[in-house]
Amino acid sequence: MEFTDKHVMGLKDLLYRMADDLLILGHRNSEWTGLGPILEEDIAFSSMAQDKIGQSLALFEILHELGESEPDTVAFTRNDNQFHSCQLVEYPIGEYDFSLVRHFFFDHADALRFEMLTETVVEPLQMVARKFKGEIKYHTMHADIWLKQLGASSTEAKIRMQNAINEVFPLALGIFEPSDYEAELIESGIFAGEAELQNRWLEKVTHLLTSYGYTIPAIEDTVPAYGGRKGKHTPFLQPLLDEMTEVFRIDPAAEW
Amino acid sequence: MNIKSLDPRVTRANIDENTQEGVLNPLDHFQTYEVFEQKKRGTHHIHVGSVHAPSPELAMIFAKEQYTRRGQCVNLWVVKTQDVFVTEYTDADIFETTASKKYREPDAYKVIDRINAYKERTKTKSTI
Repeated sequence: MEFTDKHVMGLKDLLYRMADDLLILGHRNSEWTGLGPILEEDIAFSSMAQDKIGQSLALFEILHELGESEPDTVAFTRNDNQFHSCQLVEYPIGEYDFSLVRHFFFDHADALRFEMLTETVVEPLQMVARKFKGEIKYHTMHADIWLKQLGASSTEAKIRMQNAINEVFPLALGIFEPSDYEAELIESGIFAGEAELQNRWLEKVTHLLTSYGYTIPAIEDTVPAYGGRKGKHTPFLQPLLDEMTEVFRIDPAAEW
Repeated sequence: MNIKSLDPRVTRANIDENTQEGVLNPLDHFQTYEVFEQKKRGTHHIHVGSVHAPSPELAMIFAKEQYTRRGQCVNLWVVKTQDVFVTEYTDADIFETTASKKYREPDAYKVIDRINAYKERTKTKSTI
């Protein structure tokens, strides 16, 4: 079918959501570099953070083909209210329980979103979704095994992980904040929509968390942390952007 | 007083200067697993190093990032280091071979003349 302006706007919004989520979370998770709980985990977590930045670059490149600015310009020159990322990804790394649970919730949503996009009518996006399949599979395996391990560990570990799950769950629901273009994305075959993604995600994470011995908060009693997708962010995002762009701003025209 | 560091992440963490948090005692470590990597299906797994981990599953997760990030790999094994049965270095003399066992080595066999003769024969045949 022919794309109207609204379809293109919907597609761009979808790409910005994904790219911004990956850029911000990639940066956040890289803050563990050198501070990870053990050397091996430090390396694994840092490596996945780098993967996320690489995935965001691939999406910014598609946006560039659609007429948006260069990836570096888009990534490093916007203010917080221009970011389409969900609030979940901008929260400080906290303690490792928080970071692991965020990684678990986010990466399962990311994996399912990319899986759905292997069917999209937008060819470059379909190719990106196929390209990163293995990388993302490892990310979810890493998260799953940590949650399983800690769920079968000491009482302190179980309590801390359960508290982190309760704390992160409403933030994680913010991933699926509906876009203004849901109908256009679905009818055109670009993307099956946030509601569909949330259903698949909830089924998946509920199954996994239950099997590891945790409980998942009732979705009916949870207020999702919406706003991020429309540029409304917590006070945590701007300082992150200031730190992330510090070197870029010294000389934005520098060749790297 | 909190620790002030050049690393903003450390300063942000507001850690008391006199904290005992995170001080490790001997034996507070995970056990180690030995990692074996297979580069191609059908080839041998080759020992590439070890990782610390609390379980075989996590050892596998760590091994993947430590040892296969660069270069090809199709399969990994991890084995608890303590499950590997090893010889003592003091017994290294068992590997020594003596001059009197020369007959067990391939160069002890006087076959090279026959091999050369065979090569010569087949070469002649193929030119005919």
